[in-house]
Amino acid sequence: MKREAYIVVVALLVAMAAGSVLILAFGQSPAQVYGMLMAHTWGDSYGLGQVLFKATPLVFTGLAVALAFRVGLFNIGVEGQMMVGAFATALVGASLPDGTPWVIAIVLAIGAGAVAGGALGAIPGYLRARFGAHEVINTIMLNFIAGALVLWAGRTWFFVEESTHTQTVIESARIPSLGMSGSAANLSCFLALIAAAGVWYFFERTRRGHEWRAVGESPLAAETAGIRIGRSITWAMAASGALAGAVGANFVLGYKHYFEEGIGRGMGFMGIAVALVGRNHPVGIVGAALLFGTLSQGGFAVNELVPKELVDVLQAVIILAVAATSAEVRRLATR
Amino acid sequence: MIETLFSAAFFGQMLRITVPYMLAALGGTISERSGVINIALEGKLLVGAFCAALGAYYTDSVFVGAVAGVGGGLAVGALYALVVVRFRADQIVAGVAINLLALGLTRFLLKLAFDSTANSPPIESLASNVAAAPLFWVACVLAPAVHAVLMYSPFGLRLRAVGEHPEAAATAGVSVVRVRWAAVLIAGALAGLGGAWLALGSGGFVAEMSGGRGYVALTAVIMGKWRPLAATLASLSFGFAEAFQLNLQTAGVGVPSELVQMLPYVLTMVALTGFIGRSRPPGALGKPYQ
Repeated sequence: MKREAYIVVVALLVAMAAGSVLILAFGQSPAQVYGMLMAHTWGDSYGLGQVLFKATPLVFTGLAVALAFRVGLFNIGVEGQMMVGAFATALVGASLPDGTPWVIAIVLAIGAGAVAGGALGAIPGYLRARFGAHEVINTIMLNFIAGALVLWAGRTWFFVEESTHTQTVIESARIPSLGMSGSAANLSCFLALIAAAGVWYFFERTRRGHEWRAVGESPLAAETAGIRIGRSITWAMAASGALAGAVGANFVLGYKHYFEEGIGRGMGFMGIAVALVGRNHPVGIVGAALLFGTLSQGGFAVNELVPKELVDVLQAVIILAVAATSAEVRRLATR
Repeated sequence: MIETLFSAAFFGQMLRITVPYMLAALGGTISERSGVINIALEGKLLVGAFCAALGAYYTDSVFVGAVAGVGGGLAVGALYALVVVRFRADQIVAGVAINLLALGLTRFLLKLAFDSTANSPPIESLASNVAAAPLFWVACVLAPAVHAVLMYSPFGLRLRAVGEHPEAAATAGVSVVRVRWAAVLIAGALAGLGGAWLALGSGGFVAEMSGGRGYVALTAVIMGKWRPLAATLASLSFGFAEAFQLNLQTAGVGVPSELVQMLPYVLTMVALTGFIGRSRPPGALGKPYQ
């Protein structure tokens, strides 16, 4: 635990140093920019609401990556699974009859997203289990394929005339806002916490969870113990995709109320970072999601001083530094 | 429609689209044959394009632009090698991070250098006739050159050995770390040149102009079964499909562009599944050494 915290602190310092160079090149003061970033995120209620709003999908996508990772799989397809899921959530949410009770409406809409994302995740899982095809490349390919299919289907059938978004979901399928000075924060952030707790419970307290972990840690031993590896891999990828697909709860049901071209873009890739920095542990993932959510929102907060892309650089450097130092620390520790 | 397929204009368009795919795919092949996965090709293309635009803008010279593009690709390659070869970071995570970095950094620098959020001012661009651009002929020579180096030179032999079985190569006296550094840097230079082609070919840098081409190049590496000439051929076929699609669009034939753009990705998945002959990646691909 101490070692993990140390790695993240080092990564943050490296990122801040790299960011300072860019800020200075832009003729601004790093202290002022970083101060402003904090003040406009954790310093006021609107900023904090926005941080929560941005952290919520990252918890889902981070959990998705971490779940697959613990079963020994690398799901880079979270971006595509998330998009397909959000699209399905929006379509189901809009096609339900008016006056559907809110419990049913929300469960059906999120469920549709999870099923769609899960189905997309199951494909590379099955290909890996059946043909040994590497899931990394296949999930990357499916990101592009899913993106193209969603756009094509949307443009051909579902987008509102002359627009790039679907119809709005029915009143009762909308997840209430948390207010917070007009921020986009909504109750779905509690769903993210429930999902995190669920993933924790699954891996630590259920038999299936232990089986999946065994597959991740030592497939040969797991097979000897009678665990069906292929089936575990396919279902684990499906579960990972389902977590990613549920993400539409946040920005579709809780904020925009429709699916829009480019909505949530990048959140899937950022999920890889969240899982990495959060050490694939649900508590770590919630913390890492808040960190990356803060940075995403911080970009808008400092945009009047420096281009908001500064935070993209900070995020990327954090990932690189964590990836580099954790490999190094692991090597030193096993020496 | 058939006439346009055999016209010089169509041929030129196809080659124009193919060049960046091919250069990045050649780089990716070298890198992957040494055992280093190269998801970072996308970022190298993007930074190469930005540096090329910067160089060409300040000197009004296509040549300087191309050299700057190579320099940009080299710089990204050096950062990638530092993280994955020196520090042994996970290559996939690092590759994704490099691509995010390239995306953010080029936009930041675009604002810094040209005070724009979208594109650079117009620059000296390549001749509209592909064959009149010296850079095109450089690219043409590079494909067989990479093949020759990889397959017949002592360096190529060492590189492939390092990618298949680094421990054995090390026992035979090859420096695994040095060979991988070289491979990743060469990949960076080639992808950087591909990026330069993008910027110089369209007369300026546009934010996110790599547009997924690095990933298409990665699919060409796999479709080519990690062989340079076959990867070139795969790039050509993608170039053909894209040019064909563009022509269909102008002719008003209704094939949705989204579906045509999916083609390389679908083909790659089919190839990986083993339906197009056996395709085996280098033995140590993706594994950090030691």
